[in-house]
Amino acid sequence: MAVATASSGTDAPPARAADRAGALRRSVQRNLTAHGFLIGAVLCFACFQWYPMVREVIMSFQKAKAGRTTWVGLHNLDQIVHDPSFWPAWRNTAEFTGLALLFGFALPFVTAVVMNELRHARGYLRILVYLPVMLPPVSSLLLFKYLYNPEYGPINRSLQLLHLPTSGWLQSPDMAMLAVVVASTWMNMGSATLIYLAALQNIPGELYEAAELDGAGLLRRVWHVTIPQTRLVLSLMLMLQIVATMQVFVEPFILTNGGQGVEGSTTTVVYLIYQYAFNFSNYGAACALGLLLLLVLAGFSVIYVRLNRRLES
Amino acid sequence: MRRSAALLIAGALTLTAAACSSSSDGGAKPTNGKVTISIDCAPPKSRPTQRKQWADDIAAFEKLHPNITVKSIDTFPCETPELFTAALKGGTEPNVFYTYFTDKQQVLDAGQAADITKYVTSENLPVKDDIMSSVWDTQKSGGKIYGIPRTNYTMGMIINRKLFQKAGLNPDQPPQTWAEVEADAKKIAALGKGIAGYGDYSAGNNGGWHFTAEIYAQGGRMVSDDGTKAAFNNPQGLAVLQNLHKLRFDDNVMGSTQLYKWGDLQKQMAAGKLGMYIAAPDDITYMVQSLGAHYEDFGMGPVPGQSAPGVGTLTGGDDYMFNVKDTPEQIKAGIQLLSYLWLTEGQGQQYNYPRSKSSGQAVGLPQPQLFQGATATKDAQLKAANATMSVQAFEPFVKANVPGVTEPGNAQAIYKILDTTMASALTSRNADLKKLLDTAEQQVNQVLANAQ
Repeated sequence: MAVATASSGTDAPPARAADRAGALRRSVQRNLTAHGFLIGAVLCFACFQWYPMVREVIMSFQKAKAGRTTWVGLHNLDQIVHDPSFWPAWRNTAEFTGLALLFGFALPFVTAVVMNELRHARGYLRILVYLPVMLPPVSSLLLFKYLYNPEYGPINRSLQLLHLPTSGWLQSPDMAMLAVVVASTWMNMGSATLIYLAALQNIPGELYEAAELDGAGLLRRVWHVTIPQTRLVLSLMLMLQIVATMQVFVEPFILTNGGQGVEGSTTTVVYLIYQYAFNFSNYGAACALGLLLLLVLAGFSVIYVRLNRRLES
Repeated sequence: MRRSAALLIAGALTLTAAACSSSSDGGAKPTNGKVTISIDCAPPKSRPTQRKQWADDIAAFEKLHPNITVKSIDTFPCETPELFTAALKGGTEPNVFYTYFTDKQQVLDAGQAADITKYVTSENLPVKDDIMSSVWDTQKSGGKIYGIPRTNYTMGMIINRKLFQKAGLNPDQPPQTWAEVEADAKKIAALGKGIAGYGDYSAGNNGGWHFTAEIYAQGGRMVSDDGTKAAFNNPQGLAVLQNLHKLRFDDNVMGSTQLYKWGDLQKQMAAGKLGMYIAAPDDITYMVQSLGAHYEDFGMGPVPGQSAPGVGTLTGGDDYMFNVKDTPEQIKAGIQLLSYLWLTEGQGQQYNYPRSKSSGQAVGLPQPQLFQGATATKDAQLKAANATMSVQAFEPFVKANVPGVTEPGNAQAIYKILDTTMASALTSRNADLKKLLDTAEQQVNQVLANAQ
């Protein structure tokens, strides 16, 4: 309707045109404050989010040599696919994501359910659970690096005291990724736990009372009341965790002194991107791999949206 | 009021965005015969002595050259790879910027290097002809000069003299072969208290770097002469891994913690927990200045070979390159400044030995090794006259005079692959060393093929 009115305005008599111009001016003035505040956010997003994303897509098809940038089509993609670290990096990333979901998805939920059931010391426990999130990640990781040290780390020392076999942890290709996941879960589970706890506390008490009257025990109450009632939060957190864990970088970078680990056991996709950009100065390959990761993560997002729609319907 | 505030914020952000989007012009341009140049790697505030000496030198240089104004940019470390590559990409380096020898190709690929060939004259750089030709080679590409060297090094074996003495060894006779390393390391490790006899890197691309140094000592090379194929999968490469694997698992003199990168072994050495490791002489400066160690605790021998001192050793160094946007006046001024600061006997940051001695800095280390002829002779005399440490402790390293070999092309990509090889050799008792080399060779060949 507004479009039709505006288009007819070109033939309108001068008085009506002046009225409309005045209305437009008043409308602009009325919303000036909002626009003023908005422009800052838009500029920030444009400069630091959207522009780099567009540049990444462009650069993934370019190569810079001797100051000249040329279009190389799919050459960068071909290069990264033939990198010996390419498939191991995806395998390691998938392993981290799988293990992180196993620990990092289930553990906070179980912790939240237990905390929700408790009658005392809830506030104290909440602080305790959230405390690791407040520590700078590098500090937490250096702490774990000490714990995992095969010579003087407390974990191996405790195992020795108990006459149990020790491990090289981060120096063992079989244990390294698990060790990284445990550290990552400890660092990050606090936030997820509090979100689950908030969702649990929104479940009407009558539902549990009805279930109890029907003779449901704790596990049946969790299965038939808690999980269905927190379905949306659970699926949202699942998606967010997949997106976050597939971008793992800091944990292996700090824990294994550079990110690769023994036999490349902790080389992840984002670590490869970092290597291309900052060790090999090959921005084209770094952008191509970044684009590939973006597409994979976008695929997960599409699956999430479709699943969510199906659940809602 | 709210509207005004919003407009103010919007205006400020617009101006900020505009400022962000404008590219650097590489420093001020010369006007009316005056020239301004910016230079990085000035000492930071956390190093007050060096910072004051830098400021004094800059003031003295400006007095000698009234038409030149120097804008110092303090950075520590002088180069952070992430910031450096980002600056190259954005073209925001200073007029005269610090690089490692191995960065040359990266700077050329980024199109950020100025050709300074015609400005490198005896007038601008009096010691030009006394700088060794092998050092000048590191600054050239296609016959053109792109940088001015600052320091260089060759690698050897740093030893902890105190631990050598405690273990009943003669610290003036560091090991020259791997068999001697093994024998000495066993005696040092036998001291107990968590002391390791020998240490080596296997992470942060430093494992590959040390593999390179050790295969050079064996007479091997990392890549073929034309740079297209891996050349380390041979008896020399295998010997490197066998030596380390034996020290780690048969002799148990390296401790069980591995995955060390640069900085880790220095901490152990400075704390008196490590007997020896392969390094450049400036590691000693780092351990003294940053980790509280003492010069008299250290000595150096040559990089060991299999049955005699190494036949080659890895050489590297750092230099300054010039922004491609620099004017001829800025390049000339930059070379004159570098000559004053870094390459003139008796003055500047590097060769004012009396000043270094009086301020408690190191004099006497066998580094840099830039000069030949009269300048080299004069330097040796001045250094000996002002030495703050026992020059004798470095004699085995200096006398061996192992020839330097430069790093391979695509060094970091190759080092990354060999890191995994080193890590496996040092963490897995049952590692199949030949298979590790086979895998690394295949991967390096792929990297080299991709780089063509």
